[in-house]
Amino acid sequence: MNNVLNYIWLVPLLPLVGFLINGLGRNFLSKTLVSIIGCGVLLISFAVSVYIFMSVKSGNHEVVKLFDFISAGTLSIPFEFQVDALSSLFLLIITGVGFLIHLYSTAYMHEESNAHFARYFAYLNLFIFSMLLLVLGGNYVIMFIGWEGVGLCSYLLIGYWFKNTDYNNAARKAFIMNRIGDLGFLLAVFWMIQQFGSTSFGEVFSKANGISVAVLTGITLLLFVGATGKSAQIPLYTWLPDAMAGPTPVSALIHAATMVTAGIYMIARSNVLYTLAPVSQSVVAIVGLATAILAATIAIKQNDIKKVLAYSTVSQLGYMFLGLGVGAYTGAVFHVMTHAFFKALLFLGAGSVIHAMHHEQDIRNMGGLKKKLPVTHLTFLLGCIAIAGIPPFSGFFSKDEILAAAYEASPVYWIIGVAGAMMTAFYMFRLYASTFLGTFRGTEKQEHHLHESPAAMTIPLIVLAVLAVMGGLVGIPKVFAENAHSLEHFLSPIFAQSEELVKKEHALDHTKEIGLMAASVILALIAIVYAVNRFSKKPELQEAEGLGKVLANKWYVDELYDAIIGKPLKAISTFFNNVIEKSGIDGFVNGIGVGVQYASRQLRLLQSGQVGSYILLMVLGTIILMIVQLFVS
Amino acid sequence: MLALLLILIPLITGVVAFFIKNEKSVKTWALVASLATLVVSIWSLIHQDNYHSVYSKEWLPDLGSSFSLGLDGMGRMLTLLTAIAFPVIFVATNKSTYKDSNQFYGLMLLSLTGLMGVFLATDLLLFYFFWELALVPAYFLCSKWGGERRIPVTFKFFVYTFLGSLIMLIGILYLYFINPDKSFSLSSIYKIQLTDRAQDILFWMFFPAFAIKMPIFPFHTWQPDTYEQSPTATTMVLSGIMVKMGLFAVIRWLLPVFPKTAHQYDNIIIGFSVVGMIYASCIAMVQDDLKRLVAYSSIAHIGLMCATLFAGNSTGTQGVMIQMFNHGINIIGLWVVVELIERQFGTRKMSELGGIAQKAPVLAMLLVIVALANVALPLTNAFVGEFLMFSGLYHFNVWYAVIAGISIILAAIYTLNMIQKVFYGNTNRVTENGVDINWNEKLILSVVVILIFSMGIYPKPMIELTQASVDSLVGVFK
Repeated sequence: MNNVLNYIWLVPLLPLVGFLINGLGRNFLSKTLVSIIGCGVLLISFAVSVYIFMSVKSGNHEVVKLFDFISAGTLSIPFEFQVDALSSLFLLIITGVGFLIHLYSTAYMHEESNAHFARYFAYLNLFIFSMLLLVLGGNYVIMFIGWEGVGLCSYLLIGYWFKNTDYNNAARKAFIMNRIGDLGFLLAVFWMIQQFGSTSFGEVFSKANGISVAVLTGITLLLFVGATGKSAQIPLYTWLPDAMAGPTPVSALIHAATMVTAGIYMIARSNVLYTLAPVSQSVVAIVGLATAILAATIAIKQNDIKKVLAYSTVSQLGYMFLGLGVGAYTGAVFHVMTHAFFKALLFLGAGSVIHAMHHEQDIRNMGGLKKKLPVTHLTFLLGCIAIAGIPPFSGFFSKDEILAAAYEASPVYWIIGVAGAMMTAFYMFRLYASTFLGTFRGTEKQEHHLHESPAAMTIPLIVLAVLAVMGGLVGIPKVFAENAHSLEHFLSPIFAQSEELVKKEHALDHTKEIGLMAASVILALIAIVYAVNRFSKKPELQEAEGLGKVLANKWYVDELYDAIIGKPLKAISTFFNNVIEKSGIDGFVNGIGVGVQYASRQLRLLQSGQVGSYILLMVLGTIILMIVQLFVS
Repeated sequence: MLALLLILIPLITGVVAFFIKNEKSVKTWALVASLATLVVSIWSLIHQDNYHSVYSKEWLPDLGSSFSLGLDGMGRMLTLLTAIAFPVIFVATNKSTYKDSNQFYGLMLLSLTGLMGVFLATDLLLFYFFWELALVPAYFLCSKWGGERRIPVTFKFFVYTFLGSLIMLIGILYLYFINPDKSFSLSSIYKIQLTDRAQDILFWMFFPAFAIKMPIFPFHTWQPDTYEQSPTATTMVLSGIMVKMGLFAVIRWLLPVFPKTAHQYDNIIIGFSVVGMIYASCIAMVQDDLKRLVAYSSIAHIGLMCATLFAGNSTGTQGVMIQMFNHGINIIGLWVVVELIERQFGTRKMSELGGIAQKAPVLAMLLVIVALANVALPLTNAFVGEFLMFSGLYHFNVWYAVIAGISIILAAIYTLNMIQKVFYGNTNRVTENGVDINWNEKLILSVVVILIFSMGIYPKPMIELTQASVDSLVGVFK
């Protein structure tokens, strides 16, 4: 069974092959063929992943070295894959959810022309390839390949409809914001090379104990800068809501289920370094919590169905960082998993609504879709309950695990966290009620065309709904049953070193834990009931005022960034170009030139003036002299 | 023997080209000549023994100068780059017509001769000879076949580079006179024990010539103008290969001969290079002309190479080494795209273009790949070089790496801007009748793209080829 891990390269290779076939053959392949190839490679990839997962579950793990990537001097960076519990779990999420979204896309993107349809699937496969590299990489450099690769695919897919300038701007913004984070990641890698002489996980983590806390704090904070870019945290989160310009399945796959969780994966992978740097942990927790709240407040006032979900994603990612920051690594990874299920479900559900409504995304023009779209409605509702954290749905277990750990770190974290959870329940059910309940508010033409989506779209919805409902059962807390948290057991080797460092006595007693749980569930229920009551009858149609307007305009953060970074950068560049370059340096050089020219004009009177011909003769003369010398001597 | 062939083939074919009056014939002739050079260059990779790599013949014995050539790892790499570049350039610009095409191609081949000579010479006087031989044809190519503003621009180019060359020539002679062997040969010059004062003076006589050629801030203002005004074929030679002359000369002649001064002034040179990176990147962001954008982008990239060279550690130097090759490939790829756009739409102004991706999807796809290599995305060739360079620079001083790192972000801004303005959005009056590129052009860009990925995924052979050159340089520097 062990040698099955040596076939790990098949998992990323298959999507790469799919990318090449669909990308190169986009003018020849029919849509059916493209769909079969695009989905087929992922299905096989998923099957191999399951096989590998089972092997890892039975106790195997390995670093598979493929070839030397970069080696110079003492530095050696192999192309290696780390196959263990953490990466194999992510393999399942990426290929599994990825496959469902590929399948969904075959129907959702059907209106596209052949070549563009193939381009879409090629990009999607390339994304999966990059994401797999990211989680499989056995060192930070290979991880970085995937890290930038997913950023590229995100860029390509956000700008998929490239005729639209707004979409292109959104795509570019995403790439640049990610690049800012990537610089932090790279600097961390260089620092690591200097300190550890290696970037391989095994070597770095085993040597981490002997490195000063200050250095580790620096490295982990720089890595976290990378995470804020990729996982849309303060201050680099503003690209993610704009990224909704991409096709909806892309939002589901990249901007909800997988890519944006890369930052969480990276920190969970580096848990040893973070555990050794408590200051960084606090920063991660506080930034995560602040993002969770900030994004939740914005989500309350958004009217675009995808924008609500986008801010919700930013907010949920904030919770995951809170979990990482308070040392609940398993909880954070658990939430990545459940979030992948219910957020992919919600996005695909939103896609189904948008599909039925002929590209309408404003919830003010929806309402009463419950009857016309029964499957979408039911699955969407289950997703909403899951994200709101109502037991026994999946979101409850993972969010509770994070909040319980946050309470142990500081009750203030818990209070703010629960407030955010309440807001989550509120805006999700505001969205649900405005969309599916009440009466239809769209045009007659839209009403006439309302229809449930085809099976290729509803099957993924149903599968994801089942996962969103049941997925939490792999992580049942100790309060309910001893040893029922199978995820914790599975992941324990990854976090063993950190656990050893923080020999924590289980502080929270069981009655208290149940009390906290009950409190958060009750508050969420109150928010749900309030939202449903308020928005099913009288949806919010008028423009917001006062604080609501500030929220609707996202706290004006985009405007702020433009004023303090965008505009000054442009002004400086223009100044460099027009003043320093043209008048300064060039002025000086041209001054010399004019002087020389003046002098030569005087000298020229002695000559015929054909400088060009002189030099040509000079060159030819020299060449001839050289050749003569060569053969005579 | 092979070393001599690398010079003789372009020299003889170049002289012959002057007498081929028929345009089609001279184009074919030049292509065949460049392909022959490429074959020899590849041959030299296979036969790395002394017999094939070294050539020496008496030349000016009274002056202590001999016609000696030698190929080491770095030389093999750069001659290979040069030999790959010329056929690519000839095919890519095949459709352009030139008045007096025999002279045009003759001068191009002479320039190739000079470039090969620079990379091969193991005699300082011979090096200088080839240095000029590479530059003079470039000067004529730009002044005769360039754009509207070619006369003042070529004049500036001429003043800059010849001023640098002149001071270098004085330096060479000075070095010769204080050499007890009274010889120009590389090995004897490496052995000279220079006083600190002599090192100081000589360093600053050589360095400007190389700094102008690269160019680094603030010696760069000739470059965007010259790139913009030259015919694209010449621009490709200038930017893809001739800038490497400056870097090469620093590695071959400057650092090993004057290590102490180089070390003494490292902070100043690295400082200027790093400032120049940010400065040039900022300016690139506000350019409208594609050629000027690529020109400023190149200044930023070269700045990183120069800075890392003076940081003097093996990781960084190895990065510079392979980046010299990669930068050449990538920038030629960018120029090919610019050339194809300008030829088809008659403009290089981004504000006048748009929506080309709808009309020419293959061109758009290939450009995106080349552009991504320009921003050093992982698995493209430039990532490997930049990763090693930044790592080396970081090792030297954290803050240089941090400031230089900002250029990574700026590069993404101007590159994506360019892609968006030229290729995305809607078509306009200029671009609505656009057509995709033909097979010839696809082939050329595919070669570039294949090189980008193969060097990006498996850089090991290139690293191994140049490792000895890196080790010896770093050894000297210590």
